[in-house]
Amino acid sequence: MEKFEKLQGVAAPMPLVNIDTDMIIPKVFLKSIKRTGFGANLFDEMRFNRDGTEIEDFVLNKPQYRDAEILVAGDNFGCGSSREHAPWAIADFGIKCVISTSFADIFFNNCFKNGILPIVLPQEQVDLLMADAEKGSNARMTVDLEAQEITTSEGDVVKFDVDAFKKHCLLNGLDDIGLTMEKKASIEAFEAQASASRPWV
Amino acid sequence: MTAPKTLYDKIWDAHVAHEADDGTCLLYIDRHLVHEVTSAQAFEGLRMTGRKVHAPDKTIAVPDHNVPTTQGREDPAQMTEESRIQVAALDTNAKEFGVHYYPVSDVRQGIVHIVGPEQGWTLPGMTVVCGDSHTATHGAFGALAHGIGTSEVEHVLATQTLIQQKSKNMKVEITGKLMPGVTAKDITMAVIGETGTGGGTGYVIEYCGSAIRDLSMEGRMTVCNMAIEGGARAGLIAPDETTYNYCKGRPHAPKGAQWDQAVAYWKTLFTDEGAHFDKVVTLKGEDIAPCVTWGTSPEDVLPITASVPAPESFEGGKVDAAKRALEYMGLEAGQKLTDIEIDTVFIGSCTNGRIEDMRAVAEIVKGKKIKDGIRAMIVPGSGLVRAQADEEGLSKIFEEAGFEWRLAGCSMCLAMNPDQLSENERCASTSNRNFEGRQGYKGRTHLVSPAMAAAAALTGRLTDVRDLI
Repeated sequence: MEKFEKLQGVAAPMPLVNIDTDMIIPKVFLKSIKRTGFGANLFDEMRFNRDGTEIEDFVLNKPQYRDAEILVAGDNFGCGSSREHAPWAIADFGIKCVISTSFADIFFNNCFKNGILPIVLPQEQVDLLMADAEKGSNARMTVDLEAQEITTSEGDVVKFDVDAFKKHCLLNGLDDIGLTMEKKASIEAFEAQASASRPWV
Repeated sequence: MTAPKTLYDKIWDAHVAHEADDGTCLLYIDRHLVHEVTSAQAFEGLRMTGRKVHAPDKTIAVPDHNVPTTQGREDPAQMTEESRIQVAALDTNAKEFGVHYYPVSDVRQGIVHIVGPEQGWTLPGMTVVCGDSHTATHGAFGALAHGIGTSEVEHVLATQTLIQQKSKNMKVEITGKLMPGVTAKDITMAVIGETGTGGGTGYVIEYCGSAIRDLSMEGRMTVCNMAIEGGARAGLIAPDETTYNYCKGRPHAPKGAQWDQAVAYWKTLFTDEGAHFDKVVTLKGEDIAPCVTWGTSPEDVLPITASVPAPESFEGGKVDAAKRALEYMGLEAGQKLTDIEIDTVFIGSCTNGRIEDMRAVAEIVKGKKIKDGIRAMIVPGSGLVRAQADEEGLSKIFEEAGFEWRLAGCSMCLAMNPDQLSENERCASTSNRNFEGRQGYKGRTHLVSPAMAAAAALTGRLTDVRDLI
C-alpha cells in the first residue's frame, strides 16, 4: 500500500449530505475484476451526461478542481454498500484525503486499506475547510498525518484525531495481512479453544 | 461478579483471538460468505502473495449480484461479457481454493444472505462477514454479522480474522404489537426514519421488545437487513425458540448431542439485566404505519398516509439534499403519497425475498389482476424459496395476477444484471436502497413492504395496503 505522510493539494468542496456509494461509483462499473481504472468513472452519474460529455457545473469538472487531491464533503459520506470500488475510484482519480463530519463505517475502514485518509471533524471546522475549498485552485490545503493537522490556505490550523494503529499503517504503507499473520499462534490457540467449546461451529 | 453484558458484548468477547495494548482486536470469523462482485480481487491478492484460504470449511460462495433471473440463464448470451467474467472468476476461485460453492446451476443458489441461513450456515452466537453491506441480515439469529470491503475479504480469507475496534451498544426497542397490514419492513423503515441514515454510525444495534419477539425468523432478517441503512455496523436479535426451530434440521446445523450442546450455549446469548447501552430508541409497535420512501435516502421515510414534505421543513444540509431528491424523483412538495402513480413493482432482494414475503404478496393479489400497463416482477431469494412457492401454489397466484415469476438472484435491487429501471421509470420496490441510480440510471425507487408493493401493483399507485385487507 502507498504511504500517506503529508499532502499539499487542492481541496474540492462537495457539501451534499449522504453522498452514497452508488453516487461514488455506480454499479455498472463494479464488474471489473481488477482494483485499478475506476477513477474514470468516479461520481459517474453526477459527472457525465449519458452521452459521455461532462456536466460542466459538477465540481470535479471545473478547471480549478480537476486535479483535486482532497475532498471536503457533507455529512455521512460513503453510506450504502461495502463496495471497495468506491475508495478504489477515489484513489484512482487522485484523491488521497476526504474530510467530513461523519463517514459510513465500512467506507471509512475501506479508505485506510487503500492509502486514503478519511478525517472526521466537527461541523464548524468542516465549514471552515469547505469555505477554504470553495476558493478554488489557489487555495491549497496541507494535511499532515504525523502531526495530525490540516493547514488551510489562510494558515488556519485544524487538529484532527486518528486511530493510532490505522495511522501507523498509513504512515508506513503496511499490509494488514502480513501484520496479522505474525499473530498466527494466537489465532491457532483461539481455534483450538473454540473447537473444544463450540464444536458445531 | 462480572459486570452485566449486552448480547453484542458476549459475542464479541467470545471471538477475540488477540487484543493489542491500544484495544485493537483480532476478531475470529466463524462464517465467511462470498459473492462474485467483491471477491475476485481478494482471491487474486492471495494468488499474488502465495497465500491460501485459512479455513475453506468456513467459507461459502455463491454468485448472486450479476446472475440473470430469466429462464434459460445457463445461456451465456444472457449476461454481458463483464458479468460472465465475474461469475466465471468465482467458479474458478471457489474450485481452486476449495471453498463451499453453490453455482448458478444448483437449486440452492440464491442471494448469499438468503442461502446462508437457509442452509444452516448462519447460527446464533457466530461471527459472520461478507463483502456486502447487507450481511447485517444474519444478525436476526443473534450472530454478529456485518459487511466488509474487498481488502478485508482478503484478510479474512487469509487469516479467518478481522482487525476490529469494538462498536458502541445501541438498543432499539419496539414495544407492543404491530397493527394489521404493518410488517417487519415497516418496523425497520420506521426506525431509520426516526434515527436517520447516520443515526447508527459507530453502533451495533440490538432490536428487542415484544413486537420484535413476535416476528418470524424471516421478519427478523428483514429488520436486521436494513440496520446498515441506519448506519449501524450490525443489527442483532437475541435467539429464542423461534430461532432454534428455524435452525433445527437445516443441512449445516448441528445434530444429535451437538445440537443440545449448541442450544444450551445459545440460551446464554441475551443481554444481561442492567447492561449498559450507549443509545436507546423506543417505538411503539401500534404507532408504526405502513411506510414508504419519497426521496433518495432510506431516511426519507413517511407513513403512507402522509404527503411529500417541503425541503424547507428540514434543517442544515438536508434542505439541499431534499430539493435534489424531489427533483430527481419528479415529485412536488404537498403531493399525497397515495396519489403517486407507479410504472413498476419489484418484489425480492435479501430484504424481502423469503417465503414469508412471497406469502404476503399472494395474500393480497390472490384472485386479482395487476393494473394494466404495470410491469411487476417477483424474484425469489433462492432456488429453494422458488421451489417452495411453487409447491404452495403461490407462483400460480402470481402468474394469474400478471406478475413475472423469476429465478433467484439480487436482480433489480441493485440492477447489476439485466433487470433495471429505465430513465424516470417509477418503481415500488421491496429492496433496501432508494439511492439515485440504484435500480437503473435515473430510475425512481419507493421502498415499501411486500404487502404494500402488492397493493401498488393492483392499483397502479402507492397504496395503503390496509384499504385492501
